Amino acid sequence: MMAPAVVLLLGWMLVPLVLTLWFSFVKFLPMRGDSIAKGLDWVGFENYVRFFSSSSFWPSVQITVLMVGGVLAICIIFGVLFALLLDQPMWGQGIVRILVIAPFFVMPTVSALVWKNMMMDPVNGLFAHLWRFFGAEPVVWLQDASLSSIIFIVSWQWLPFATLILLTAIQSLDSEQLEASEMDGAHPLQRFAYIVLPHMGRAITIVTLIMTIFLLSIFAEIFVTTGGAFGTRTLTFLIFQRVIDSQNIGLGSAGGVYAIILANIIAIFLMRIVGKNLDQ
Amino acid sequence: MARSVSTQRKIITTAAAWLIGLLIFFPIFWTILTSFKTEAQAISNPPVFFNFDWTLENYAVVQERSDYMRFLWNSVIIAGGSTVLGIIIAVPAAWSMAFVPSAKTKNILLWMLSTKMMPAVGALYPLSLLFVWLNLLDTRFGLIMVLMLSNMPIIVWMLYTYFREIPGEILEASRMDGATLREEIFYILTPMAIPGIASTLLLNFILAWNEAFWTLNLTAAKAAPLTAFIASYSSPEGLFFAKLSAASTMAIAPILILGWFSQKQLVRGLTFGAVK
Repeated sequence: MMAPAVVLLLGWMLVPLVLTLWFSFVKFLPMRGDSIAKGLDWVGFENYVRFFSSSSFWPSVQITVLMVGGVLAICIIFGVLFALLLDQPMWGQGIVRILVIAPFFVMPTVSALVWKNMMMDPVNGLFAHLWRFFGAEPVVWLQDASLSSIIFIVSWQWLPFATLILLTAIQSLDSEQLEASEMDGAHPLQRFAYIVLPHMGRAITIVTLIMTIFLLSIFAEIFVTTGGAFGTRTLTFLIFQRVIDSQNIGLGSAGGVYAIILANIIAIFLMRIVGKNLDQ
Repeated sequence: MARSVSTQRKIITTAAAWLIGLLIFFPIFWTILTSFKTEAQAISNPPVFFNFDWTLENYAVVQERSDYMRFLWNSVIIAGGSTVLGIIIAVPAAWSMAFVPSAKTKNILLWMLSTKMMPAVGALYPLSLLFVWLNLLDTRFGLIMVLMLSNMPIIVWMLYTYFREIPGEILEASRMDGATLREEIFYILTPMAIPGIASTLLLNFILAWNEAFWTLNLTAAKAAPLTAFIASYSSPEGLFFAKLSAASTMAIAPILILGWFSQKQLVRGLTFGAVK
């Protein structure tokens, strides 16, 4: 009964993987007449070396690390704080939860465009109005602070996810343990550091891993805001440009293999945790 | 939580939580509000909140100018088709893994999850090539297949975690009471499995609706869903904030409503059962 799902997924994984591997070892420039029908020239590791040693490679890795790291830092820190807050008794908790989770359901192209225009537009955006109100010169966000702006937009989209999962983790904390520590005279900060945070540790790890996988392939947010300009070209976007804009399939495929290796290193850690959970 | 808190503290937490909630929600609120303004009001400084002439004109213009309904229909077909097809294929797989687990079950599940980790951009050209060969470029069917496959691991995992919670004792009890296999499936298993299947359906419909890599790269005009429709607004001409807002509101409204219903299942579905 598993066969259809397994066979389909196997094909879905293997066919593109084999083709990408093959293309990464050949010269393949469709615009200059190369085609599979005519046969492609084997070039060994040349594409890998060229992709690795091109002047755009290291900047794109740095930008990727900054973007993923920045979004993760914001989402984990504020996610923990918001989760702690939402766990407290309050009026209208259900409504606040709904308000906080909403951005997660907004499609990436919409959220990127709404932020780009309605909020960050240097002439008519709300931020520009606000800046002028305080007598400051409006910032051209997606040009002068492009990377931080995209980090901000993406964080807005993913903070709900982090908050919701961390909240779920906090709620599963045994409240008797907290009460006991309270009676023993533990300071709230001590309670947080020694009981709550360790309890959330696993959830934080899982949020980090899952988000990293998704953040590494961030595409639409860059595509509609800066198009990879102004220092926002991540590894994913660089590969996209090599394949689509420059139509250098060999080079782009070599980049794709790098991206696959990178994603798999992170995936291994995630699998370990999920796999352990499966045994329980 | 059994601990009692002072009213004063409750007031402070309530205020802080509402403030943060409203701040986070604000861009969505502002978009919906702006969609009812005229273009001039949409960019006015200071911004207008409720004291403007509410108009539905933007919605009419968006529909007329870019045939919004066609994109909406494509989104519905693609997201719906990929989800339903995915569930039809995943239910038997998840079912057998949950009720007849073997030594390999865990490895198969983890392997399925690993396919979700493949960066899409690595498969972009091969897949476009396959699409050209199979004549699938810019077709809804092609996208249905791609989204179905890319979400399959999540669908299988969600169903698996739900099915695993159905107690086996109930089946034994029904068997002892003389239920046939058919009765067992129809009267006992199906009713217990339906909530899980429904949540899976909902969450994956949302994920497919918002997918913005394949939908942007494998469609042109005919099969383009709302993600691509909205992306076409990234190089605007003239005044367009109100129209962008109207288009955005129409693109996110159905999914926001579905999303609010499915928020409880979200955690389970996206953490593969690792956070409960």
